[in-house]
Amino acid sequence: MPVNLDSYLGVHAAALKLRSQRTEVLAANIANADTPNYQARDIDFKSALAAASGAKDSGVHLATTSAGHIGTNSVSGGAAPELKYRTPLAPSLDGNTVDAQLEQAAFAENTVHYQATLTFVSAKFRALMTAITGQ
Amino acid sequence: MSSFKIFDVAGSGMSAQSVRLNTTASNLANADSVSGDPNQVYKAKHPLFEALRAGSGVNAASAGVSVRGITENQTPPSARYEPGNPLADSNGYVYAPNVNTVEEMVDMISASRSYQNNVEVMNTAKDMMIATLKLGQ
Repeated sequence: MPVNLDSYLGVHAAALKLRSQRTEVLAANIANADTPNYQARDIDFKSALAAASGAKDSGVHLATTSAGHIGTNSVSGGAAPELKYRTPLAPSLDGNTVDAQLEQAAFAENTVHYQATLTFVSAKFRALMTAITGQ
Repeated sequence: MSSFKIFDVAGSGMSAQSVRLNTTASNLANADSVSGDPNQVYKAKHPLFEALRAGSGVNAASAGVSVRGITENQTPPSARYEPGNPLADSNGYVYAPNVNTVEEMVDMISASRSYQNNVEVMNTAKDMMIATLKLGQ
């Protein structure tokens, strides 16, 4: 029975990529904590992962009744996940919506999840190695 | 690999905050540099930050921060009557810079904290990448 490595890793490969992209977005937020008119952004991880792993998300989409129609999924469903703007709790007078504490918390949470996903992938590889070497 | 961009982002944040610390240091150092000419007196300097956008459209991720320029505070300097000062003008006035030292100290703390935040981001990103490189070992 041939093993497809992509399906063997399951959702974790896509999750790892999304986590690293989210780290980048959060790093940009923290770097721009003092930039006037900068609006904090984030990835909705749940819907982005659903889109990346091919599952139907529960959002509202345009109906495609003809072959020429462009579906709303195909617009955002690419390599880059959809970036959303954070709803500010207390925006500052200069138009900046970065909440440093919130971003730090999100960054820490994202890092822990990244490491958890990494542990899952690593365990999958170890299981594969055990199967290959038979020890 | 896209993770390398985090170093650029955090690095741009660190460099922007260090420019801000530099202007604060310059403002504090010159807080008492009086002059006999109101046009020659030192003016408080502040950096102007701008987000660097990578790509365009709704999904354009920001790729850090840049210092667009240094602005000078245009508030008129305060005049002090000091006829004994060798720098005083013909009416006996010297002009003090429009530097608000309390504001500058607060700005310094804010810049230093933001700098530390960016350092922390860089450290975490580095640890994440090292962990990824050790994958499968």
